[in-house]
Amino acid sequence: MGVRKSDIVLLDDKGIRCDGRSIDQPRRIMIKAGVLKNANGSAYIEFGENKILAGVFGPRDVHPKHLANTDRGILRCRYHMQPFSVGERKNPAPSRREIEISKVIKEALEPAVMLESFPRTVVDVFIEILQADGGSRCAALDAAAVALADAGIPMRDMVSACAAGKVADTIVLDINNEEDQEGQADMPVAYMPNLGKITLIQLDGVLTPQEYEKCVNTAVNGCKLVYEFQKKALRDKFFGDSPQ
Amino acid sequence: MNVTIIDQLKKKKILSLLKDGQRVDGRALEESRALVIDTGVIPKAEGSARVRLGDTEIVTGVKIQPDKPFPDLGDRGIFICTAEILPLADPNAEPGPPNEDVIELARVVDRGIRESGMIDLTKLVLKKDKSVIGLFVDNSVTDSDGNLFDACSYASVASLLTCRVPKWELKDDAPTLVEGEFSEPPITTIPVSVTMGKIGDQIIVDPNADEWGCLDARITITTNSDGNICAVQKGGNDGFTIEQLIKCSQLSISTASKIRETLKQAGGK
Repeated sequence: MGVRKSDIVLLDDKGIRCDGRSIDQPRRIMIKAGVLKNANGSAYIEFGENKILAGVFGPRDVHPKHLANTDRGILRCRYHMQPFSVGERKNPAPSRREIEISKVIKEALEPAVMLESFPRTVVDVFIEILQADGGSRCAALDAAAVALADAGIPMRDMVSACAAGKVADTIVLDINNEEDQEGQADMPVAYMPNLGKITLIQLDGVLTPQEYEKCVNTAVNGCKLVYEFQKKALRDKFFGDSPQ
Repeated sequence: MNVTIIDQLKKKKILSLLKDGQRVDGRALEESRALVIDTGVIPKAEGSARVRLGDTEIVTGVKIQPDKPFPDLGDRGIFICTAEILPLADPNAEPGPPNEDVIELARVVDRGIRESGMIDLTKLVLKKDKSVIGLFVDNSVTDSDGNLFDACSYASVASLLTCRVPKWELKDDAPTLVEGEFSEPPITTIPVSVTMGKIGDQIIVDPNADEWGCLDARITITTNSDGNICAVQKGGNDGFTIEQLIKCSQLSISTASKIRETLKQAGGK
């Protein structure tokens, strides 16, 4: 990260950001549940310019067999970017970044999934990034959580994710790509809105302890906003057009 | 660290001790293990360190050599930090390509140092967009007793603090070594990583391997010399409340200030 010369104004004197949002406004969010025929559960999300598909299979037999756990099920997660999802073609082989993100997404979902109810099985979560903007891991998690619920997997809570960060010395909600490149800090957070638990937090960039606390709270508020979109997606799928 | 297999008996003991606020090795909840740092242990490396954090041991070397800059960062030198768990360090470690735990380890250690801005990379440019100096920090875990994140981070920082940067001059655009001339590395701050584990509602600092096997979740927070937070990584299969996250940030700042003194001493700063 760090400071680089740039012509874009990240935050103008009226508190408006480079894409016209205010400091506590997320990008446009659209989630649709049940978009794939073969997967047991699926979801498609558009989060700003992110376009992401998530598919869930299972609980099903574990292959290879030695990975199976006798007292609980296991969760596997693959976050994968399409070669055409970014400016310069991305090598389709999983990068170290994607392997790390797959791991943190798995660990963010696992507290919510009641794996103890289906021992010796696996739940596979496949996430394909069709187009990436800033904050793709949060958007991917949002879609994956809806896909798990769509698959009817027993869950303790939804998992909602949103980033906050520091741009032009101000804590803002939902960092976009430009703000990620030019800003001072980026903090993706995933949150279980009913249990009040944070299941994913990462940070890069420098924050004072006060800014850190504000950033966590800002991100959690963003997660609560996302939660409403996730509920709406599931209501739309199972009950037709939802009331609001 | 990948699959920490732990006896049920030992796990029961650790959990029951924790209920009374005690730890299996007699430490206080917020106490980290003894940290021993030797620097200059590998003379052929431009900087090196052997770090012991309890029974976790890391050997780290910094190699410094000219390189091409990244295309979009032509005005900066290169900093790359890796980590490997050697097969002799752990019965579960295997030779071959790194698994996701080792990839996460390397990336978290790299991120903490990179995001703190410890090395002023703008001072490592020989010719903009053409030729820069690269710092390659390779961490080798030689003995594993939990909390490899912090041990690797301290070893990397100690090697960087004590490294000597050879001098290169450009002759016909090719970097040429000037024999016998060295400079101090451009250090701006000392990042300190502090890893905390959560078991039930208890937060413990610097879990050892047995405790690691019982963790519900963990968090690694890196702070710089000003006491600001520059990197965070949560791991494990449970979550933290907001209050716990704030407590962890305070714990990481207080723990780091002590460890920073040890690092400064080892680095002769």
